[in-house]
Amino acid sequence: MKVHVKIQRFNPEVDKAPYWSEHDVEAEPTDRVLDVLNQVKWFQDGTLAYRRSCAHGICGSDALRINGRNRLACKVLIKDAGSKITIQPLMGLPIVKDLVVDMDGFFAKYRAIKPYLINDEPTPERERLQNQKDRARFDDTTKCILCAACTTSCPSFWAANGEYIGPAAIVQAHRFTFDSRDRGGQERLDILADEMGVWRCRTSFNCVEACPRGIDIVKAIAEVKKAITSGKIE
Amino acid sequence: MTIHHQFDALVIGAGGAGLMAALHCSKTVKNTAVLSKLYPTRSHTGTAQGGVAAPLGNMEEDNWEWYMYDTVKGGDYLVDQDAAEVLAKESIEAVIELEHMGLPFDRTPDGKIEQRRFGGHTRNFGEAPVMRSCKAADRTGHMILQTLYQQCIKQNVKFFDEYQVIDLIIEDNVCKGAVAVQILTGEIHVFHSKATLLAVGGFGRVWSVTSNAHSLTGDTVATVLRHHLPLEDMEFFQFHPTGIYKMGVLLSEALRGEGAVFINDRGERFMERYAPNMKDLASRDVCSRCIYLEVREGRGINGKDYVFIDATPETINKYKSGPGGKTVTAEHLEHALPDVFEMARIYLGVEPLKEGIPIQPTAHYAMGGIPTDLDGRVLADANGALVQGLFAAGECACVSVHGANRLGTNSLVDLIVFGRRGGRAMAEYVKHADYSVLPKNPEAYTLAELDRIRHGRGTDKAGLIRLEMQKVMMDHVGVFREGPTIQQALDKVRELQARYQHIAIDDRGSTFNTDLLEAWELGCLLDLAEVTALSALNRTESRGAHWREDFPRRDDAGWLKHTFVTRQANGALAITYKPVVVTKFEPKERKY
Repeated sequence: MKVHVKIQRFNPEVDKAPYWSEHDVEAEPTDRVLDVLNQVKWFQDGTLAYRRSCAHGICGSDALRINGRNRLACKVLIKDAGSKITIQPLMGLPIVKDLVVDMDGFFAKYRAIKPYLINDEPTPERERLQNQKDRARFDDTTKCILCAACTTSCPSFWAANGEYIGPAAIVQAHRFTFDSRDRGGQERLDILADEMGVWRCRTSFNCVEACPRGIDIVKAIAEVKKAITSGKIE
Repeated sequence: MTIHHQFDALVIGAGGAGLMAALHCSKTVKNTAVLSKLYPTRSHTGTAQGGVAAPLGNMEEDNWEWYMYDTVKGGDYLVDQDAAEVLAKESIEAVIELEHMGLPFDRTPDGKIEQRRFGGHTRNFGEAPVMRSCKAADRTGHMILQTLYQQCIKQNVKFFDEYQVIDLIIEDNVCKGAVAVQILTGEIHVFHSKATLLAVGGFGRVWSVTSNAHSLTGDTVATVLRHHLPLEDMEFFQFHPTGIYKMGVLLSEALRGEGAVFINDRGERFMERYAPNMKDLASRDVCSRCIYLEVREGRGINGKDYVFIDATPETINKYKSGPGGKTVTAEHLEHALPDVFEMARIYLGVEPLKEGIPIQPTAHYAMGGIPTDLDGRVLADANGALVQGLFAAGECACVSVHGANRLGTNSLVDLIVFGRRGGRAMAEYVKHADYSVLPKNPEAYTLAELDRIRHGRGTDKAGLIRLEMQKVMMDHVGVFREGPTIQQALDKVRELQARYQHIAIDDRGSTFNTDLLEAWELGCLLDLAEVTALSALNRTESRGAHWREDFPRRDDAGWLKHTFVTRQANGALAITYKPVVVTKFEPKERKY
């Protein structure tokens, strides 16, 4: 089928403001939106810039605003995106070129919440034991691939000019805080209780709608809020 | 302008092997840096699904000798057995180390790491499948990559994200660092180092149907070749049997570990005929060949070039193919294989709990690569001479622990076992080494090569040349091979290499110029395609993943040896050989 794509473009070396480029591409209904971007880049306009790697929804490189919604370009098929597709970079992060945004601030927020297991107790010779219920407690938030689709769909993130720590970092904090092997929960909760922390969340649910991994982000955020309020991690 | 850096230890690539090496090296070498052309969490380790093997014996009896035997047999006896012994033994402590780092493994009812069956992993030297694969649902690689990156953050490892290495600085058999482009700005950076470890992954993008990421273009592997250093066993490239039809995206072997079976157009579970003992859990090379044979004999689905992998509870219970022959439920399968099922639903519109999933073999994994010793030190020749200051680990390296065919789960084991050994060896080397004097203009090659591509005035598009290479390699250097058609592929690749010299690109700018970098990567892919085809043409026997229709037998008298290919000063490729290390297991006929 014939697909008409409109892509938001900006090259800082020549452009003063973003503009749209438009392309017609032949595609199968089962092709991915990423395949269409590749067709444009490889055979029509090599200057088009975007990130991609695994092309099947795991690496998190190609989160984009597709027809106005944050999606991974490799996880949306043409039959679902339609024959007229609009593609823009993620909102709320500085544009580097075309569809590429500056991710450094996003990863700085990730690092800020201490995204690693904190436990200085001596380790046993074999694995630490963890029962299945304790393991299941934080399973949902282990799925995060740091694609930034949630954070850049969040009105509170936009409103705070990108200062708000954002849902992705809270999801990562949740993953460790509710792991029965971790001892750093309070440190993380203190960070998230900050003015630009978890209380900025106004439960718009945009993050849940945007997450390509199906994580119940609002639930995770609510659990973090409850832990801060109650002083108990359970 | 060129920007200069100095680091005692430099790691190139931020997948499992690179991060494991960086972690272990930076414990003592504070001045360690990691370069990656991606953000580290984008690395392809993250897409590994099924699990990481270790004979923990958490589910049933198991030991490292059984595991070592399976690895050697899986590799069709081309495995260096000293390396397989290290892999089998050290897998246990490496997996335990991952758990201690916080990796969220699935758990047994008594809280231990849960394990499942995987192709080619057996108890008691081939008797029956064994539960050896340690897992986190079907996203084990994701959890490994995340955990290692988290630990690197904790340990303050220095990262250079989105820096693409274009050249290694190698003079007089000493590696002195690397030259990279900062993708964001297009600036050239020279990294002067005492020790450099390569962990850049594979190059599945040589073929048209592949499970590999777009970024897996073998960049630094090709750079090693260009520096007149050898590549080992490049004819052995694994085609994984369960790629999504036409797309190549991998559906994990964990499917078969949980009981799924191959079904042909007649509704027959055909692996029973080919591998009466292990059936659908035979090794990957065997299963891929059987699928091709079924298709060739007209038993592909609707006469086409694919078969089904059937993971419906109905079929699994009919054949009693579930773990331990037990009955499986839809709920259990959904819990064990969430990502695999989601991919089938999204990309194929198939409901895997109700119908078969269309699959075909997909180019998946390089058994060959940059030859190293057991500590990741890169070999300068087939006699075992070393390159000073240069290390390699993971898929880009060839220890050789996978021989002619890698067992499922063993890529992840390789990353953590040999990534760790490489990192430690690098730290040890740095202690006693000084910085070597850099050549005058270490960035000269990089500048010239990028300028040549940037300002090329030809007419050929890199995208077209890449498609032509991928098609000819898929058609003629794939699962089945034959002398005359491999030769055709080799001729075609060489013609494409000549055309590559006259390509033109659209983007002549500096900022995030992936037009330029993709075109440069194509040159690497072409070089690796050339070496692969030549090695395949040269090996006149069938072994593991290398199946020659004109030489359908394994020939231990003539070919129990590793292929080493080196680019000579005049540009021609030369072949030498290195004997296989045999310790515990004498080669014998391989049956599943």
